[in-house]
Amino acid sequence: MSDLAIELKGIDKSFGAVHANKNINLRVHKGTIHGIIGENGAGKSTLMSILYGFYQADRGDIMVNGAKVTIRDPNVAIASGIGMVHQHFMLVDNFSVLENVMLGAEENAILNRGIINARAELKRLEDEYALEVDPDAIIEELPVGLQQRVEILKALYRGAEILILDEPTGVLTPPEADHLFRILEQLRDQGKTIILITHKLREIMAITDEVSVMRRGEIVATRDTAKTSVEELAELMVGRRVLLRVEKGEAHPQDVKLAVSGLTVRDNRGVVMVDDVSFDIKAGEIVGIAGVAGNGQSELLESITGIRHAERGTVMLDGDPVDVSGNADATELRKRGLAHVPEDRHHMGLVLSFEENENAMLGYHYDEAYLNGPMLNLDNIRKSAEKSVEKYDIRPPDVRLKTANFSGGNQQKIVLAREMERDPVVLVIGQPTRGVDVGAIEFIHKRIIEMRDAGKAVLLVSVELDEIRALSDRILVMFAGRIVGERLPDATEGELGLLMAGVEENQEAAQ
Amino acid sequence: MSAPYAKLPAWVEYGLIPLINLAVAFLVAGLVVLIVGESPLKAASLLVQGAFGYGEGLGFTLYYATNFIFAGLAVSVAFHCGLFNIGGEGQAYIGGLGVALVCLWLDGVMPWFITFPIALLGASLFGAAWAFIPGYLQAKRGSHVVITTIMFNFIASSLMVYMLVEVVKPLGSMAPQTRTFLEGGQLPRLDWLLSIFGFDIGGAPFNLSFIVALVAAFFVWLLIWRTRLGFEIRTMGASPSAARYAGIKQSRIIIITMMISGALAGMMALNPIMGDQHRLQLDFVAGAGFVGIAVALMGRSHPVGIIPAAILFGMLYQGGAEISFEMPNISRDMITIIQGLVILFAGALEHMFRPAIITFFATIRGARAAPQATEAGE
Repeated sequence: MSDLAIELKGIDKSFGAVHANKNINLRVHKGTIHGIIGENGAGKSTLMSILYGFYQADRGDIMVNGAKVTIRDPNVAIASGIGMVHQHFMLVDNFSVLENVMLGAEENAILNRGIINARAELKRLEDEYALEVDPDAIIEELPVGLQQRVEILKALYRGAEILILDEPTGVLTPPEADHLFRILEQLRDQGKTIILITHKLREIMAITDEVSVMRRGEIVATRDTAKTSVEELAELMVGRRVLLRVEKGEAHPQDVKLAVSGLTVRDNRGVVMVDDVSFDIKAGEIVGIAGVAGNGQSELLESITGIRHAERGTVMLDGDPVDVSGNADATELRKRGLAHVPEDRHHMGLVLSFEENENAMLGYHYDEAYLNGPMLNLDNIRKSAEKSVEKYDIRPPDVRLKTANFSGGNQQKIVLAREMERDPVVLVIGQPTRGVDVGAIEFIHKRIIEMRDAGKAVLLVSVELDEIRALSDRILVMFAGRIVGERLPDATEGELGLLMAGVEENQEAAQ
Repeated sequence: MSAPYAKLPAWVEYGLIPLINLAVAFLVAGLVVLIVGESPLKAASLLVQGAFGYGEGLGFTLYYATNFIFAGLAVSVAFHCGLFNIGGEGQAYIGGLGVALVCLWLDGVMPWFITFPIALLGASLFGAAWAFIPGYLQAKRGSHVVITTIMFNFIASSLMVYMLVEVVKPLGSMAPQTRTFLEGGQLPRLDWLLSIFGFDIGGAPFNLSFIVALVAAFFVWLLIWRTRLGFEIRTMGASPSAARYAGIKQSRIIIITMMISGALAGMMALNPIMGDQHRLQLDFVAGAGFVGIAVALMGRSHPVGIIPAAILFGMLYQGGAEISFEMPNISRDMITIIQGLVILFAGALEHMFRPAIITFFATIRGARAAPQATEAGE
């Protein structure tokens, strides 16, 4: 018997002209937690999709427990003892935990016996790995952390000896993430092998035994976690030295530029997502809103920027009210100096099928400089796009290229360039570095601080707590639609984490 | 895990792929002809001969193509806004009323070149008005434009029967049609244009509308790719959420786009009514509004694609009539089957051969030069 759970030999995969995986050699030892880290687009997900049978490699061999396996589809992977916990859960929301776990493994057309067996097996798994979850609970009523646990149970139920987790902490609060890591450690101690895919260096350092770094489709290094450092890993990921800490001077806040008071917003289903939120932002400061995704941040951003109807409350932009009825003229708000970098650049900030220069004027296409009467002034449009491409180092520097062909970081820079170059009064930024590579993160953070130093009022919403702490001058924590606390950036992660998880202090609740 | 984006050279995207689809459509159509017991080669030669081989055939082909250009442009403008306007048929039908009313009013007192621009305006206004209602309902009430435009085709049909039977029919006439327009309500034929190339147009109704169609195609290109309105229309079509973010007034754009689409469909009526029959009669649109959908699909909603696609369908109409005349086994319905196959392969199965072609070109390019460092599919 080999002590290798997984061995990949010379895995190669191309999609058209895109070489996603180049001659990958990877050895994962049994009973270890092996991290795979790399920037977006480095080929991590492709590699795991090959291992789980979503794609076929063009070349190369996969050995599971020392034996060569041809993984044609996920069923073969499952039969070989490989289980996967996806970044976006593959659960049926209105089914119970038990029904989800046995989905696809029902044994019989008549469910009765299958249910009895599944219930017994689930009980055994829960006892063995301390994965408590009520088998009869409905998925949509469970918190995200527990839903993820159901995903893990699903994999174990199918006899997984090797678990692949794809960015598992993206949707978790810090305490939930810690809990997940304890579960993973326990699974490892019971002899399971775990492959953890992430772009967060801290998680790698916290939990893995070994780590492989991917860059541009290749594995550039494999290290013992104990013998490496965050700095070394970051450098391997990006291919050059990176500044992990943003350097930032004192803030010099001046007049209030954005004042939100008593804002209440319902989502499309009628659920209250923003509940009586009030705060204000002064010129020359960055206010960060921390919180786990889905606690009302998106709705807050959308109503402040006039895209979403607010039920109650007011928003004042530089002393004048913003129409929050949902009929606001976004063009008008832009003219008044409200710039908005939306959370979701693929669906809001950009039209991916457009050329770069067309996106560089999206939202500002009313500007005289871009027009000749009703006609577009293509010369000016392209020239101004070329300027921002140069200034923001957008690569490749081709303003006629389709936006979908830019990497995530460069797409984000297109949006940032557009919104920042207009000299706004208030800059509202959602998830500035989601899906952005480490090198570009550094650049984007610097720009945001430059905006602050130039006297803009900046509202920053991010689910990355590190980012909030690094950039903000004040931190508001949002939970279940409410601001549950305000802290300075030197607050500990634990303290913020508790607030994010909804553990309120009495004095906060009394306010 | 989105599929990685692979770009094909333009000549493949807009030339080779449509040609391959078309070739397959004709191959399958050939099999159908074979099953019926006729020679596919002979049918094919009849088709091409009948459509392009002599002046009158060519005249008819281009006459049909004129209808299809207008209808295809109408569908494609709506496509760019993400709207599926299936109501070209009804909008053209109502547009015909606009043309006829202008002609009945002016044909005795004005020369054709005065009547013509007014009739063009009438056609566009009537077509646009007919498309306005579904557009308004979509924009303000969320009623899906596919459903409402289909229903409006039926309403148009009934309305026109009423108009022709009760209102615009001359007293004492038994036929549900207007009187024949005088000289001032008739567009000149373009026999001189074809005679330059040595063709004799014969009795074909190829007329000035063809030039109007080409001009309209140019203006549609200008509108979509060179104006601010076109930019807003394309943004709406590609990403409604991005349009909202960009402050584009969605309901306004939907209504305006539907009206432009309806106006283009309405203009189609100019060709049969003022250019050919010189009167308004029942069902003169004869399905051209629907063919427009196939034309727009095949032409990739781009005027440069729509014109050849419209000529192709004109050829199928004209050459198809010729085949059914020469080959008794092949009925009019068989021609419809062949047209259906072209629509199926060129429109609906558009992506059937694409993956293979992408792989093929990626291999060639990979062999020629080192692959570009593009982002992988995460």
